[in-house]
Amino acid sequence: MTEEGGHGNARASRMGMWLFLFTEMLLFGGLFLVYAVYRRGHPEAFHAASGELSLAFGAGNTILLLTSSLSMALAVAAFERGLISRALALIGGTIGMGLLFLVNKGLEWSVKFGHGLYPGAAVLEARDPGERLFFSLYFAMTGLHGLHVLVGAGVLGAVVVLVRRSGATAERHGPLVENAGLYWHLVDIVWIFLFPLFYLIT
Amino acid sequence: MADAVVTPAAPWRGYLDAPDGRRGIRSWIFSTDHKRIGVLYLWSVLAFFAVGVALGLLMRLESIAPGPTIMSARAYNAFFTLHGVIMIFLFIIPAVPASMGNFFLPLQIGARDVAFPRLNLLSWWVYVTGAVLALLAMFAGGHPPDTGWTFYVPYSVRTDTNVSLAVLAAFVLGFSSILTGLNFITTVHTMRMKGMGWFRIPLFTWGIYATAWVQVLATPIIAVTLLLVVLERVAHLGLFDPVRGGDPLLFQHLFWIYSHPAVYIMIIPAMGIISEVIPAFSGKRIYGYRAIVYSSLGIAFAGYLVWGHHMFTSGMSDTARWIFSFLTFIVAVPSGVKVFNWVATLYKGSIDLSASLLYALSFIFLFSIGGLTGLVNGALAVNVHVHDTYWVVAHFHYVMFGGTGFAVFAGLLYWFPKMTGRMVPKAPAIVAWFLMFAGFNILYLPMFVLGWMGMPRRYYDYLPELQPLHVMATVGSWILAAGLVVLAATLLRALRHGDPAPANPWGARGLEWQTPSPPPTENFEIEPVLGDERP
Ligand code: HEM
Repeated sequence: MTEEGGHGNARASRMGMWLFLFTEMLLFGGLFLVYAVYRRGHPEAFHAASGELSLAFGAGNTILLLTSSLSMALAVAAFERGLISRALALIGGTIGMGLLFLVNKGLEWSVKFGHGLYPGAAVLEARDPGERLFFSLYFAMTGLHGLHVLVGAGVLGAVVVLVRRSGATAERHGPLVENAGLYWHLVDIVWIFLFPLFYLIT
Repeated sequence: MADAVVTPAAPWRGYLDAPDGRRGIRSWIFSTDHKRIGVLYLWSVLAFFAVGVALGLLMRLESIAPGPTIMSARAYNAFFTLHGVIMIFLFIIPAVPASMGNFFLPLQIGARDVAFPRLNLLSWWVYVTGAVLALLAMFAGGHPPDTGWTFYVPYSVRTDTNVSLAVLAAFVLGFSSILTGLNFITTVHTMRMKGMGWFRIPLFTWGIYATAWVQVLATPIIAVTLLLVVLERVAHLGLFDPVRGGDPLLFQHLFWIYSHPAVYIMIIPAMGIISEVIPAFSGKRIYGYRAIVYSSLGIAFAGYLVWGHHMFTSGMSDTARWIFSFLTFIVAVPSGVKVFNWVATLYKGSIDLSASLLYALSFIFLFSIGGLTGLVNGALAVNVHVHDTYWVVAHFHYVMFGGTGFAVFAGLLYWFPKMTGRMVPKAPAIVAWFLMFAGFNILYLPMFVLGWMGMPRRYYDYLPELQPLHVMATVGSWILAAGLVVLAATLLRALRHGDPAPANPWGARGLEWQTPSPPPTENFEIEPVLGDERP
């Protein structure tokens, strides 16, 4: 939540943002817990199912998100030094990479759907319970993460509009840009955990 | 001929007159003044309380005789589910923090407002959205949900009732609770007036602060758990479905990892109210300020470690069972510390037996019964006998209603003059207290016995030999309801016709009493003076 920061109080708005990020981490934490329990129960099946995910898609998306985080960090730094238009361009790049990530994800999902590898599909129902759990978790967790990428891109878009419309200054909008950046990094970090847990366990 | 008409000064209305002179509902539902938002929450929360009470009374009426009396089995299932969902998510969780906390936390720390006023308003709107979803689950087409407020799988995944909507409502309400908590933590950290160190913060604010951490750190877990239930229903993930490899017990763990800490979201702020009311009417300072602060934090922390005691009969290893049982006994200690401190504060005080204090004293009494019977539930062997019986129903009503519910009324009477600028007449408030206290015990004491005799919870029917106690409980529910009606009538009348309230009618210490009643929009006209603010 990129808030108005209590009477322009940067300390308050940063603190509020960090608390919000805690709650996001815990939200995913619940899912990681479920993952841990089932992976422990079905190590081989998770192993086997993981082999069916496309490493190329996963690795490509990882590179995209990491790069987008870099450009976000550069944007925040540029904004602080008052280089507003450069910052906005960098944020634009971040949004673009985020959207590309989603396109990739969509393609990847549709391939899985094509192979009948989704919860409730006959192909998957015939498999070992562990593999079914793996794919259920895969869709739930990458789905929730994708939603966060979308929201993050939306937030960044809103920041761009806001900054443009109101003639930004580093002091006035600094906390806003910084908080939006923090949110984006969170989205990135969650993916850093999702990637090995789903793609790299074979 | 300039006629010097002297208009009599209009009575002081403080924040009740919007600063820009606007009136009407819009000046409330779009206000970012924490006091107005607190009042909005108060009305919403009390309205849902009334709905929940009506459902409870109807359930009691159903149970006055064995067999179907006024409703079918299916209707009864819907009734206890809605009663539970309303009382937990719409009443008791926001009851103290979002209403009185919103109003008094900034005042008590000498701030003008909370850290994020617009976020504060947003959280009320999110609450309203959640409430509308909950109402839709009840009244939209199809059957109202019938899973109980706990939404246990596998039934909640299989039933054809509107569970998805109800679960979504709880999800949205959780979001509102997170926003409130986040706001309060930031406010306490960044907006205390100069000179107010951590150990000069009033105890009510401490309670709200400790609670806010629980709200922020526990609620996301239930959010994701509820999300998974919805996904199970619409996308058939099978994560909790044993047929497809899932584990229903995992749901119970995730559910209680939140919902047990949530019990402390319900009680810690209530304890904060009691820690203000008792010293105010004893004419003394609180005994053991630091002990109360540390015990609030202790409860907030230890509350995370005991969720397993809801699952002793669900299937857990023996080691896990005795560890959870042991931790459950530990968590009672900080509550015991508080009870000791309150009683020690009363000792040799010059006691003013106001209605507010009577509610606070009943809190100590009823909460102690609820807490001690909780220890009985926590003992492994006994738990098997009382699990899912009326014993448990009596226990949690003693804690939540006898505890938090009575504290809400104590706080309401204590702060009514400050919030409205009007005094509440003493005599009718005491009559209401007497009816409620008597009715409460006649309603819930028999339930302990019923449970011990084997009456299971969530049943609309029972064996004929249990009827006398059921009749007693139902009669108690009428007396309790009469008390509530008297109290509501008294307060509503006082709202219009009560005597104007002075700034500090009780001689109490908090900073909120240093500003006129009701406070001006910017809270303080003159800088409040630190020094004597601690209760
Ligand atoms: C006049 C007031 C009230 C009456 C008459 C009442 C009565 C009842 C009854 C008859 C049940 C169902 C017992 C069963 O069949 O298992 C019940 C359940 C419950 N009540 Fe109350 N109650 C009242 C107030 C409250 C309050 C103030 C709270 C919380 C703050 C509360 C929370 C609950 C909860 C959580 C349940 C469990 C629902 C479930 O099983 O899912 N009640 N109550």
